[in-house]
Amino acid sequence: MTSLSAFFEKIAQSKKNQIILFLTYVIVTGAGLFLLPDSTIAFLLLLFSILILYYLNLNLRAKWVTGIVILAVVVPFIASFSDSYQTYMEVGTLVGIYCAMALGLNIVVGFAGLLDLGFIAFFAVGAYTYAIFASDQASKFMPFGHYPLSGGTFWIFIFIAAIVAAIFGILLGVPVLRVRGDYLAIVTLGFGEIIRILLNNMDHPINITNGSMGIASITPPSFFGISIGSSNQFYYIAFAIFLLVIYVVRKLEYSKLGRAWKAVRDNEIAAQSMGIPLVKTKLAAFAIGASFSGMMGVVFAAKQMFVDATSFTYLESTMVLVMVILGGMGSVPGVILGAAVVIILRTQVLTNISNWLSAMSSNYGISIPPALSPEKMQLLIFGILLIVFALYRTQGLIPHKNRKVDVAKLKKESEQAALTRKKTASGGADS
Amino acid sequence: MKLKRVVPLLAIIALLIGALAACSPKSGGSNGKTVIEIGSQSPLSGGSATLGDAIRLGAKLAIEDRQKEFEKKGFQIKLKDLDDQGDPKKGVANAQILASDKDVLAVVGHLNSGVAIPSSEVYNKNNLAMVSPATTATVVTDRKLPTVNRICARDDFQGPAGANFAVKTLKAKKIFVIQDKTAYGSGLAEQFRDQAKKLGAEIVGYEGITVGEKDFNGVLSQAVAKKPDLIYFGGVYAEGGLIIKQARQKGFDGPIMGGDGLDSSSTVQIAGDSVKGVYLTSVAGDVSKTEKGQAFAKKYKKEFGKNVESYSAYGYDAAGVILDGLMKAIDGNDGKKPTREQVTKAIRSVQNYDGVTTKVSLDDKGDNKFAKVYIYNFTEAKYPPVQKAEISQ
Amino acid sequence: MLAHIIQNLPQVLIDGLTLGVVYAVVAIGYTMVYGILELINFAHGDVFMTGAFIGAIVLFLLMGMGFLAALPAILVFIIVIVIAAIATGLLGVGIERVAYRPLRKKNAPKLIALITSIGISFVLEDLVRFIAELKTGNYIVTAPPMFNHKFTLNLHSALPFFNNATFQSSFLLVLIVTIIMLIALDLFVNKTKWGMAMRAVAQDRDTASLMTINVNRVISVTFFIGSALGGATGVLFMIQYGTIDPYIGFILGIKAFTAAVLGGIGNIRGAMFGGVMLGLLEMFAASNLSIITHGAMGAEYKDVFAFIILILVLIFKPEGLFGKAVVEKV
Repeated sequence: MTSLSAFFEKIAQSKKNQIILFLTYVIVTGAGLFLLPDSTIAFLLLLFSILILYYLNLNLRAKWVTGIVILAVVVPFIASFSDSYQTYMEVGTLVGIYCAMALGLNIVVGFAGLLDLGFIAFFAVGAYTYAIFASDQASKFMPFGHYPLSGGTFWIFIFIAAIVAAIFGILLGVPVLRVRGDYLAIVTLGFGEIIRILLNNMDHPINITNGSMGIASITPPSFFGISIGSSNQFYYIAFAIFLLVIYVVRKLEYSKLGRAWKAVRDNEIAAQSMGIPLVKTKLAAFAIGASFSGMMGVVFAAKQMFVDATSFTYLESTMVLVMVILGGMGSVPGVILGAAVVIILRTQVLTNISNWLSAMSSNYGISIPPALSPEKMQLLIFGILLIVFALYRTQGLIPHKNRKVDVAKLKKESEQAALTRKKTASGGADS
Repeated sequence: MKLKRVVPLLAIIALLIGALAACSPKSGGSNGKTVIEIGSQSPLSGGSATLGDAIRLGAKLAIEDRQKEFEKKGFQIKLKDLDDQGDPKKGVANAQILASDKDVLAVVGHLNSGVAIPSSEVYNKNNLAMVSPATTATVVTDRKLPTVNRICARDDFQGPAGANFAVKTLKAKKIFVIQDKTAYGSGLAEQFRDQAKKLGAEIVGYEGITVGEKDFNGVLSQAVAKKPDLIYFGGVYAEGGLIIKQARQKGFDGPIMGGDGLDSSSTVQIAGDSVKGVYLTSVAGDVSKTEKGQAFAKKYKKEFGKNVESYSAYGYDAAGVILDGLMKAIDGNDGKKPTREQVTKAIRSVQNYDGVTTKVSLDDKGDNKFAKVYIYNFTEAKYPPVQKAEISQ
Repeated sequence: MLAHIIQNLPQVLIDGLTLGVVYAVVAIGYTMVYGILELINFAHGDVFMTGAFIGAIVLFLLMGMGFLAALPAILVFIIVIVIAAIATGLLGVGIERVAYRPLRKKNAPKLIALITSIGISFVLEDLVRFIAELKTGNYIVTAPPMFNHKFTLNLHSALPFFNNATFQSSFLLVLIVTIIMLIALDLFVNKTKWGMAMRAVAQDRDTASLMTINVNRVISVTFFIGSALGGATGVLFMIQYGTIDPYIGFILGIKAFTAAVLGGIGNIRGAMFGGVMLGLLEMFAASNLSIITHGAMGAEYKDVFAFIILILVLIFKPEGLFGKAVVEKV
């Protein structure tokens, strides 16, 4: 193994070799998926190329363009030859949805250091916002208007849901700001449960959410008259929103607000004394984090065509938290990786092993008790992951890196500034 | 460089996945027969696992029983059983898996209406026929999807049938209704309440409980204080059993009534002796009534070492309807493997299928014209309960 | 309306008290750990659940050996509760060793410890489910009925505005055992040397260690006692309600934590009070909400009610009803 990695290192020295190596990898795995269209493994290996890309020594723009091309063109194109095309794209859509949510939670937990255990509530708010108006549910309590709204409104609803979820984020934030640390975790947990119970019960006295029956037959979105119904189409919607989210997060991370969040996270009192407005900063974290999940909630509702409160339990909130912890709190690429790993583990790997086990028992008569099925062991697996990562790798899969500041350059700049100040001051005295 | 760290990681992942790949061979047909798979989706884990497992085993038995017929024509039928965990998201993901497997031509499932509704949207997109043994919510077939069928009765038949029995036969004038705030429980309880009101009974309370809790004394003390003639519970055995027990502890001696969610041996296990005097409506008939059913129960016990649950026979019959349709589709396709469209059409056209518990003729919505509701009474702490009445549409 | 509520009051009090004392003892586990480590031990609710299952296993074993019929019920009960308490106590110590102590050594942020405790709670839930399902095929376990003699309090004849109230002998058992546990704990914390050490560590860990107190051992003892109490309460829960599943710990744990916060976290007497109060409030809400709101809100809102109380307390009196306000040191 060591000789192998030494060999690779030698090759990987130069940039050209790296690019060649990477392209070979993409072509080989792409061909693998093409030739073995039903192999989930080939599909996963192809996706893995994105992670390799992240570690290459290329400039940022080239990485971005390559990544987008691979995800938006190469993967769907090759997968479309497979019978499992829709399954692959469904997984892709889910990864996109959860990545955006995990990035949202990352702002709250990773950047601002506020542990939120009820994050799924905002997802629920987004999903219900679209579901109510895109089905005939709205006509049950709205005195005016004609429902269901057409599929074209889906695009507007993405932004409406973002705003509504942000408002809920602020509503949660206002009372919560007075409590700190551990208490915050419990209050947000309570808030998440309250939202879920309310959604499950608001069918009387006024029928707003149709209670536990859920809202069925949600209008699928339409794009210039084309109705969008299959996973490969939703994949692009999720991907586009994901790109938007990642752009916003990237911009925010190094902005004034982003630095304020990190300051609040590291020491609230010190941050406050440096003039950071505590309330505004924390509320901004809640609102922005919530709006990401609200947007994805709309996509989720449109994709499932059915929403009910069972999709928004405490377990889902912790799953998003697992993604953030696994990937690395505060680290944007880490969180994306974490979300992808958890979703792929949940929907592909564990399911495949379970199916294989049950096929074993029916084909060869080896009886494996259903209790042993790894699919049911999800809680155990994710629990152990949480413990192991918290104990041994607190910083996650891809640790968060602060942007390096060149001290010499800064010094020079400040000296220069001082010099010019002196000059103007002395110049002022001369005249 | 960072690549140094990536390479071993990659190697490990590749190894792991390679190992996985090595042990998941695509199941080919043994002895040269064409494989046709029938999917099954039901909760094999979670609160209603007893019911879900019964469906799976029933379907398995049906396939084993008729394997010979298909082998003669050169086909081998396999069951691809998935666990939907009673979770809509899991159901949809599983539905995608079934839809992407070319060999799967039809699905037996689901138990929960909340899971069946979104999953059936996926089946419908992929022309995959579904026959449900147990989903009773009205919406399931009211959407008029060509692929969605069920062999059991609807909630707007089961609920009112229970109300008729409660008001007319048990002479209940004041009724207290409790439901578990799930799609199944509240759907059923609402239908019951509306019919009972129409028949002139007074609904003295309509309350919800939280699934997963164990203490229902709060709701029950309110119920008992109102001195109803009957308490109705819409929900599943895990809570139903406890409600029965705690109501009896509170000194309520009148009849308690529930829906098919209570039709399980676990109800008796949880409620113990308190189960005496409990009535329930079920869409599943008592198999021990007919000779055919008794033979089925015996075989089931021999095969799986478990007693039949109410839904075992329904899983069997749902699979039976599929196999009938499949046979027709094969014959219609000159003995070749039919397409999903052909199977969907053939299943919808099934008429007068004679199963172990029910006759099946599907109408244009996919509902069974012969679906019946049965009323049972626990006279002692023993499962199955005694059948009191049989109501047809 | 008011007449209805009053009529029902005795029964609501009895049921609320049963639930309340269960909350109270579990809340003590939270409060003790929080007082000493400033950590919300999310796994505590699941330690409670594990206690219930261990109790059920012991009970079934005894039944299998024929002891249940041979011995008086109260003796069987004592054997079961003692075994379950010791086992869960050791479990608690083990959890602390494996999951919390390494973090304390590393001086990791509190957030991380909270996340490990969520992880532990998942692992416990799934392990118990796994074992139960492997053994019985169904994770909902029903214990053999014990202490189910029914009593009726004939209040109606003495005070005509009350309805009669009924309870089972298990209610008396739960009440007596929890009261014994609470008094014993109170004496232990306030009167013994170990209790004093515990209070010292809670007040200031560093200074306590300078006073020759073995901090790690005190923390272990705290975990043992908190978890043993939780486990014993699990057994009481099993006997009172008869049916248990691996997920009872989660919701009960949150409610118990609410109770601990209500009474002022870190304050043992506060936790007792908070637990009983929450149980009573919840039972009152479940049986009267729909009467008060004329059917607009039913019993299904009782948890919303509990959480809103929690949030209100945290906002207006973050130190709880009995806690002391802490001034943040900079």
